[in-house]
Amino acid sequence: MTDTPDATVVTPPTTVPNPGSGAAESGTSSAQGTGVIETENMDVFYGDFKAVADVTMKFAFNEISALIGPSGCGKSTVLRALNRMNDLIPSARVDGEVRYHGANIYDPSVDPVEIRRRIGMVFQKPNPFPKSIYDNIAWGAKINGFKGSKSDMRDLVQGALEQAALWDEVKDKLTESGLSLSGGQQQRLCIARAIATQPDVILMDEPCSALDPIATLRIEELMLELKENYSIIIVTHNMQQAARVSGKTAFFNVELDTTGQRTGYLVEFSPTDELFTSPRMKATEDYITGRFG
Amino acid sequence: MTTQTPQKSPLDYFPTEDEYQRLLDKRTRRGTAVRITFLLMLAVAVVGLGILLYTIIDDSFGIVAVVNENEPEDILAAYGYDPTVTVLSDLNKEQLVEVLAGSISSGVGRRLEREQRFFADRLVFESQAKWDEVCASDEPPSGCGGGVRSKADVVALVEERVIAPDIIDASRLTASIFNPQRFKDKVEADFLTNPDRYEDYTFDQVRFQWRAWFSWKFITSPASDKPEIAGVRTAVLGSIWLVAITVLFAVPVGVGAAIYLEEFAKPTRINDFIQTNINNLAGVPSIIYGMLGLAVLVRVLEPITSGSLFGDGAPNGRTILSAGLTLGLLTLPVVIISSQEAIRAVPNSLRQAGMGLGATKWQTVRSQVLPVAIPGILTGTILAVARAIGETAPLILVGAAGFITVSPSGPFSQFTALPIQIFQWTSLPQEEWRHLAAAASLVLLVLLLSLNAVAVLLRNRYSRRLT
Repeated sequence: MTDTPDATVVTPPTTVPNPGSGAAESGTSSAQGTGVIETENMDVFYGDFKAVADVTMKFAFNEISALIGPSGCGKSTVLRALNRMNDLIPSARVDGEVRYHGANIYDPSVDPVEIRRRIGMVFQKPNPFPKSIYDNIAWGAKINGFKGSKSDMRDLVQGALEQAALWDEVKDKLTESGLSLSGGQQQRLCIARAIATQPDVILMDEPCSALDPIATLRIEELMLELKENYSIIIVTHNMQQAARVSGKTAFFNVELDTTGQRTGYLVEFSPTDELFTSPRMKATEDYITGRFG
Repeated sequence: MTTQTPQKSPLDYFPTEDEYQRLLDKRTRRGTAVRITFLLMLAVAVVGLGILLYTIIDDSFGIVAVVNENEPEDILAAYGYDPTVTVLSDLNKEQLVEVLAGSISSGVGRRLEREQRFFADRLVFESQAKWDEVCASDEPPSGCGGGVRSKADVVALVEERVIAPDIIDASRLTASIFNPQRFKDKVEADFLTNPDRYEDYTFDQVRFQWRAWFSWKFITSPASDKPEIAGVRTAVLGSIWLVAITVLFAVPVGVGAAIYLEEFAKPTRINDFIQTNINNLAGVPSIIYGMLGLAVLVRVLEPITSGSLFGDGAPNGRTILSAGLTLGLLTLPVVIISSQEAIRAVPNSLRQAGMGLGATKWQTVRSQVLPVAIPGILTGTILAVARAIGETAPLILVGAAGFITVSPSGPFSQFTALPIQIFQWTSLPQEEWRHLAAAASLVLLVLLLSLNAVAVLLRNRYSRRLT
């Protein structure tokens, strides 16, 4: 693992094939080459209910991609399908393919535990463990087989906290409970915790929705810094936030079928400035101009 | 605020200012009435508990009417002491042993000496030759191991064997404090109306003295057929052994089952069926568990529960192990259900956070879910064990001994337990046993409270560590 606090080298997963194989051009994506994560005709079901239909998109390396759309359009569902967090819901099922570095993560031979270590997650509500700040960060490394000495672990914790721009605020109280921090600090602790297991993608599910504007700003600045080393996919309700931080934005919408079921679908996935200034689809324009949603 | 407009506004459907004030008063009164009702219900509960505690304590202390075989004053006078200013323990040890030797048979003396010597440098009842012979035998008595009876021990022996008090009647605490004369008059009247009842005693021999039935001596003395010296040591040790086995069996098994059901079991029909049955088992009467214990643990599994499989053990399966496992089975459903509740109360966000970091299910449960659930699990376990420690019916079925003076030495011992002892004593006719039963109830309550205190301390330590 890493000895220096600021080493953030992303090690490509060894068990997944190299990028390039089976990368399909997506209909709505305009990106070139392969992405770190690609979905192809992905449907997500909860029991018989189809929550999201036919999502095909490609997330680029070292970029912030934002998912926006009205409530119930399934953007969080899509996000959680990308690291198999939906597996925790017994009735959830994913059809189609989600490829990480070119390999389908829904292949029966793939262990979701490994996927989640490579593709970290930050949740809507800050959820630090009821343990010390230090243990909050060290635990992820420990359970993933961290082999370093005690001082290596200290370096790892410090590095993760520094990357999450939290080190200066907590360096004197690492033994205090993670729950003693403010909401914004807790969320940065959760980001540090996700970084510490050395993932190369970080999924963020509305990470700022429980925070005040100042804390939100700090998280956004942090995301822009992290972009250098990680690929970030963020779900947000806040269109300004998407516009401020993301390189590409996906707009999801929801349609009612004849039985009254609401199924989400991808409308368009374009570079952010394009999507906000000259959206290709009418639904996108209606949404970003505030005509609905 | 009423506005009279031809068209109805939503405001018209609300009461007028006057009506509203009346309604508000009514609502407030109703709230107060409900609050007072609930307070009264609480008072009923508190008064009930208070009466229970009062009855037990009232019976545990009080004045007793005693007839002594030898009066301590006579003994003191025989040694030239002034009985009005000295007590028995003012005599020195040599004198006390002499008093003892003068009263008991040499056979009893030898037995006492073999239990423990009176003096390090000389033997009182046994000849040196015989002593050496006994100590050289295959099973030397405990007295050979050294150690000398303390003076307090000898005083106790003199009190028990020489003075040999016989309690002929006993009074309660409150009566003893506020109206001791009435008790004395009652005893005197008994002597007058029913002279045969007290055999060859006369009222002049009767002494009235205070007695604490609940005392350290009561807790440390073995059971006896004489209420004056009977204690609950065997029963207390039996109960402690039972609780230990119950906890050791029910907590790991119950928490494990709860973890499986909450964290790993898929909602299949079989698992639903199991869950329903666990809920039902929690309500099964304890005597049914006693029958189960008798049929399966005592009879079928006798080689294991009697210990004969592991070398020498009890003659049958009516052992502490059988009873402890029976109580464990009885406790198990409650432990499972309360542990499930505690595990379910752990916020899902912690599980997601753990799994999101690439932890396996078990790593997440072990490090994130269980530590948060432990205070709740402990609370449920306290309640379950508190129920088990007071259980009587299943123990009777499994074969608790009613009268046993040997302290239990291991899981394969015969045993009795506090509730059994209380049950036995309350079924005896003489007044003295009722006071002993009350004192034993007090011991049971104290034991229960101290076990609970330990569990609450543990729980608080865990809760503090989390926040």
